[in-house]
Amino acid sequence: MSTEYAKEFSYQELMVTAASRELKDHEVVFVGIGIPQLGALLAQRTHAPNLTLIYESGVVGTQPARLPLSIGDPTLVSGTYGIFNFYETFAMLLQRGFIDVGFIGGAQVDKFGNINSTVIGDYDKPKVRLPGSGGGCEITGLSKRTIIITPHEKRRMVEKVDFVTSPGYLDGPGARERVGLDSGPSAVITTMGVLRFDEKTKEMYLCSYHPGLSLDQVKQNTGWDLKVSPNARTTDPPTVQEVEILRKHLDPQGIFLKKGVT
Amino acid sequence: MTAEVMTANEAVQKFVRDGQLVCFGGFTHAIPFSIGHEIIRQHKQHLTVCKETPDLIVDQLLAAGCIDKLMFSWAGNPGIGSLHGFRRAIEHQIPDQIKIEEYTHFITGARYMAGASGVPFMPVTTSVLASDLAKHSDVFKTIDCPFTGKKICLVKAINPDVALIHAQRADRHGNTQMWGIVGSNREIAMASRDVVVSVEEIVDSEVVRRDPDRTVVPGFRVRAVVEDPWGAHPSYSQGYYDRDNQYYMDYENTTRTREGHEEFLKEWVFGVSNRKEYLKRLGTERMLSLKTKSYYSIPVDYGYFGEGEKT
Repeated sequence: MSTEYAKEFSYQELMVTAASRELKDHEVVFVGIGIPQLGALLAQRTHAPNLTLIYESGVVGTQPARLPLSIGDPTLVSGTYGIFNFYETFAMLLQRGFIDVGFIGGAQVDKFGNINSTVIGDYDKPKVRLPGSGGGCEITGLSKRTIIITPHEKRRMVEKVDFVTSPGYLDGPGARERVGLDSGPSAVITTMGVLRFDEKTKEMYLCSYHPGLSLDQVKQNTGWDLKVSPNARTTDPPTVQEVEILRKHLDPQGIFLKKGVT
Repeated sequence: MTAEVMTANEAVQKFVRDGQLVCFGGFTHAIPFSIGHEIIRQHKQHLTVCKETPDLIVDQLLAAGCIDKLMFSWAGNPGIGSLHGFRRAIEHQIPDQIKIEEYTHFITGARYMAGASGVPFMPVTTSVLASDLAKHSDVFKTIDCPFTGKKICLVKAINPDVALIHAQRADRHGNTQMWGIVGSNREIAMASRDVVVSVEEIVDSEVVRRDPDRTVVPGFRVRAVVEDPWGAHPSYSQGYYDRDNQYYMDYENTTRTREGHEEFLKEWVFGVSNRKEYLKRLGTERMLSLKTKSYYSIPVDYGYFGEGEKT
């Protein structure tokens, strides 16, 4: 693969390539609509041709001819290897432990990587009612590792989420194990950088910040005193080849690449 | 039980009653819109509706005041944004205060599976206990597994009064076939007391018998078969039509206000008396633009075990 970096690219394209680089060949990946699926499809066309893509609708090994409009889009079915029904998807793929990587997003993410996609405010009298868990809780609970995708804003990157919809490291070391879960989130890809989790404290720290941004800007847009890796550097930009695949083949109409990250 | 062919109007009159637990099938694909609209037109009330992804149809039932309680696991406009009827009901109690009971997708699926299997609960891994969802629901219980001694979570079965399903085809006896994403259609059909199916087309039993792998619900479980082509519009029907994405996007905008939502119901639900009139409103041009190109499977050989040859 050529490593000539692209000179022009958007934050969406940068996030997609960062997501793609988290994936290894031969892995089984549980993806969702938007950046996760673009990241997985990009990985499949570059360094990970043997990736298996699984969607929440139970479609296994899909190679969609167009970007799906929703999780149950028939384009995922035409030409795929197989389909599981709803219960089987969660029981036999996730619960059974066959998913290497799960992608997840949400309205709030906290410093232990817990995700809120249920309510802003009080559960019984919410300020904003969000869609809810969907598959999220099992994706972060049962995948071997999770990659979180989120816009980087102070109101969304919070010290503690209003509601734990999908568990990250809960309240710190040992907490997942106490409820019978191992693994956990491994990376957070935001509009400002790539973050990871400290092995001992399970707290999120900044690993790299995107080109054109300063460390201070990232810290100012984070809702807690964000720790920074001593080796923190600029995120590697997309390569010329990655940008070309994305724009020409994966999202030629810019359905997701032009849309903001939500 | 014998299935009968009837209109959506008759099926809803006969099998959906005020106060019942009604379960909708489909999973962003094959959403039973035509039957749902009939429920609204007949002003059914005090329903408890169970649907993992309520989609636009349950949002419309909420706006029309048909629902007292909603059981769900992801309530958004798929791929687009919010369900504004759902949000208004919860954030502002408009038009009414509703009760909610929410789970994760897996828990919903496991509850259906228990109901379909005739057991009172389904064991699942403890992952849901790590979520705050467990604090707001009494359908989860934890026990020590009698075999391993480890903690295991049990979720309560659901057995709805009626399941509403949209499928590609069925014969007149209710043997219902689907291909593509079937979601929980088999589980909810086997868990419910009554099953109402709408289909793109009613076919000869011979068509069903020649490809039994596609059957998701056997005829003896079905009470009503409704032939409503485009009955899942604006959602997809694999091999028949694509999603009307413009409709989903327009819905997102027009239903942002209560007035807009009422206008929408007037136009698309109360303004027509059945699916045929709905399709007239939609227009031929729009329907043609949603037709998908063909991509056929290759027939398989099931083998023939009778006397002589069968063609």
